[in-house]
Amino acid sequence: MRKSAWRSLGVSLLLLALALGGPLVGAAKAAETIKVGILHSLSGTMAISETSLKDVALMTIEEINKGGGLLGKKLEPVVVDPASNWPLFAEKARELIEKHKVAVTFGCWTSVSRKSVLPVFEELNGLLFYPVQYEGEECSLNVFYTGAAPNQQAIPAVDYLMSKDGGEAKRFVLLGTDYVYPRTTNKILRAYLQTKQVAEADIMETYTPFGHADYQTIVANIKKFAVGKRTAVISTINGDSNVPFYKELANQGLKASDIPVIAFSVGEEELRGIDTKPLVGHLAAWNYFMSIKSPENQAFIAKWKAYVKEHNLPGGDKRVTNDPMEATYIGIKMWAQAVLQAGTTEVNAVRQAVANQKVKAPCGYEIVMDAKNHHLHKPVLIGEVKADGQFEIVWQTKGPIRADAWSPFIPDSAKKVADWTYPWVCGNCTAPKYK
Amino acid sequence: MHLARPCHLIVLALLAWLILLPSPVAVADSQQLRQAAAGLGGQSRAEVIAAIEDLGRLGDPVALPLLEALQAGKLRLDHEGRPLIVEEGQPSGQDAFTGETVPLGGDLRAPLVNNLVRRSLEPVMARLRIFSPDPGLRLTAARRLAEEPPEAGQAPMLTAALEKESDPAVRQVLGLVVSLADLKSPDKARRLAAIQTLGASGDTNYLERLKPLTQKDPQGQYLEPDPEVRQAARWGMQIIYFHTLPADIAQCLFYGLSLASVLLLASLGLAITFGLMGVINMAHGEMLMLGAYAAYVTQNVFRAWWPGALDWYPLVALPVCFGLPALVGVALERGLIRHLVGRPLETLLCTWGISLLIIQAVRLIFGAQNVEVANPSWLAGGWQVGQGLLLTYNRLAIIGFADLAVLLVWFILNRTPLGLRVRAVTQNRGMASALGVKASRVDMWTFGLGCGIAGLGGLALSQIGNVGPELGQSYIVDCFMTVVLGGVGKLAGTVWGSLGLGVINKVLEPFSGAVLGKIAILVFVILFIQKRPQGIFALKGRLAEG
Repeated sequence: MRKSAWRSLGVSLLLLALALGGPLVGAAKAAETIKVGILHSLSGTMAISETSLKDVALMTIEEINKGGGLLGKKLEPVVVDPASNWPLFAEKARELIEKHKVAVTFGCWTSVSRKSVLPVFEELNGLLFYPVQYEGEECSLNVFYTGAAPNQQAIPAVDYLMSKDGGEAKRFVLLGTDYVYPRTTNKILRAYLQTKQVAEADIMETYTPFGHADYQTIVANIKKFAVGKRTAVISTINGDSNVPFYKELANQGLKASDIPVIAFSVGEEELRGIDTKPLVGHLAAWNYFMSIKSPENQAFIAKWKAYVKEHNLPGGDKRVTNDPMEATYIGIKMWAQAVLQAGTTEVNAVRQAVANQKVKAPCGYEIVMDAKNHHLHKPVLIGEVKADGQFEIVWQTKGPIRADAWSPFIPDSAKKVADWTYPWVCGNCTAPKYK
Repeated sequence: MHLARPCHLIVLALLAWLILLPSPVAVADSQQLRQAAAGLGGQSRAEVIAAIEDLGRLGDPVALPLLEALQAGKLRLDHEGRPLIVEEGQPSGQDAFTGETVPLGGDLRAPLVNNLVRRSLEPVMARLRIFSPDPGLRLTAARRLAEEPPEAGQAPMLTAALEKESDPAVRQVLGLVVSLADLKSPDKARRLAAIQTLGASGDTNYLERLKPLTQKDPQGQYLEPDPEVRQAARWGMQIIYFHTLPADIAQCLFYGLSLASVLLLASLGLAITFGLMGVINMAHGEMLMLGAYAAYVTQNVFRAWWPGALDWYPLVALPVCFGLPALVGVALERGLIRHLVGRPLETLLCTWGISLLIIQAVRLIFGAQNVEVANPSWLAGGWQVGQGLLLTYNRLAIIGFADLAVLLVWFILNRTPLGLRVRAVTQNRGMASALGVKASRVDMWTFGLGCGIAGLGGLALSQIGNVGPELGQSYIVDCFMTVVLGGVGKLAGTVWGSLGLGVINKVLEPFSGAVLGKIAILVFVILFIQKRPQGIFALKGRLAEG
């Protein structure tokens, strides 16, 4: 009897301590900062692209902190390095949410890394802002997609190539690196081209392995394929293989005015490290170019240049801004506004508040987060590569367009609806959850 | 684009103008030309294109320098719409029509130029050039015209050009252009003659032009009513196929050879460090990368101090690209690898660690971004050998360079005292030491040589691909594969191994695609090594046991 009394006393003391101390400790911590996770590869193959996203995220967080932080607290960035290793992305995401208790995470670049962290964010009810153009066919409750869906990049690009300005292409080469993004994009494009009465024989689809450097045969085939009808190449070649590809094009005498190549993964940052001579006149489709002339963009570039200088980042005054950087910037701004509106950093509350947030973005438009499908409404621009590694904007949509999370051109996806509002409350349903 | 200096062009154009006065070519008065040129300052691209077409319609070659400047992005219009050719950084420009020097001032407009404008520019320029006194220019112009079927209105102009033409090469191409136009002629005899000319040319470009003559429209009617012409078109296509077959085979072999030489250059250094010395050198890829970065640094030094001689930096880069990795290699051998002789597992781990260290060091110094290594202008473009066979200069240069590198290594190993000692030490270390060869010193030099040769490979790779910290990682697997396939310990093995891999890869690629081709090669290598673990060339006799 005595023994059990002692025991119950011990247990209740312990419980009391926990009940009092737990929240106290938590509150003491929370009073200091709001933790924000940054999940970008700083080493390995993707470091080339992802490092500047980490930099621009830190810049935006610094900017918010200079303005007094959020809800009276400073933001504290927690930077982890998943090292271009896809399973490690999932581990690091878990670490951010469970160990560091971050309120939100900004990160990922490749689709495979996003697919890797997705179950973690869904299991632990985390919040991820994903800033890169991707293949669509996904809509998670826990992710906000600030990059382009295929109908905000690939489809308008094809429309442009088929237009008079774009050279009225009648034949298309779909060329990509062999992984999920090019395969899915090309599946959508092929279906779209068929709706535009482009015959099967006028589409050539080719893939190369990662890191492919020998484009002799492929370029020769394109040359043969292009005889007779105006031809354009739609390239989803992954970063590193682009240089050998464009060099081979130039050496075999294919000019941008004869066979334009439109790329979805070549931006200002990628052009920084290469000899741009062979690329001049080729095209890229994005939602943002550094050469956009809007006051917001000038301010954005000035801020970035100042940040690079102040923190003495490698590359110095040669550093540029690009589309995924803008998307990161928009994402953080939207999240911050949503936190202010919700008055808390609690995930479920913030998620609701992010819907319909508006940000005056560097691209010159007021960008809106779609309330239903967690994607941004974005303008689409086509740029021609200039010798200085910048783009001359040759075409753009009249205004921002809504993203299709599920492509209407893939029969199975056409039926699916991404709508996180009542009565659907679902990312990939064919019928509403609550009728 | 072939561009001479503007003043030359102006003289040429004026000459052409003088010579061509009595020709059927229209000579516009300068007022009309200036008016048309002023249209280049239009606010929309459609206006710019209309202005170009106007200039073409006037048919006066005096407009050529202006169009060339427009294409090169050197044309500006002053506030009166007067076209000026400007060179970057020059205080004055030249009037595009008269060539007179005009000081630049006020605001100059650059005409809007994009692909669409450039595309409309080329045929116009070709039409004007076809009457140029320079046969070379006429030939390029005729080739350009031969790419697309000419518009109906151009037939008299083309016939006039053909009648005037004296140069046989230009005549031939012009004949093709006229034939293209004749394919649509109502006269059956002309159509037949045109088909024959096009077929005999053996040019695949004309397959697509002949094809419609043999096809039916959606209603099931033949597009070409005359069966005789249809038959001739089929024959013409057969003849073209027949003509292109040897060129296709040669082209495929050339691709294979060039891929083989890239593999060879990448793995030659490894053939020495791994093949001869038996060091499992995981840092080999990083030696390639250091060589490529050495080329980058040399290029930047040239850019800063001798911009005029930039085209020749690869020659100076040769010793630098050899020297830097060789020094690093010597230091590695002295500092680490010689302490690990006979412990392959530790060597593997150690060199792998070193490779990570080198990658991170380069990343810290140069940044994670790829760096720009420009091709010198003499490596750009290609050499058109007959119909359908194009040999690009950078690939030719790499094939030549690979041959030289093999020769160099062969010479060092077989014709120098160092080579003799290297062979002695690798064949029988104990005996060589007993005979007074300082084996450890020889190891050092051999390893340095292998790394230096890898650096030369890096220089070659910098000319065809990316230069970044991960450059070596993407080649290391291919390098080991080549050396192992060829047979460890034999230089000839590496040569044959790379040749085999390169050619097989390129022969397979058109059938299987690049991805399956790569897989097929890996499967082939696995099977081959299963069957013949010693590689293509095996060491024989007592050497094999050591």
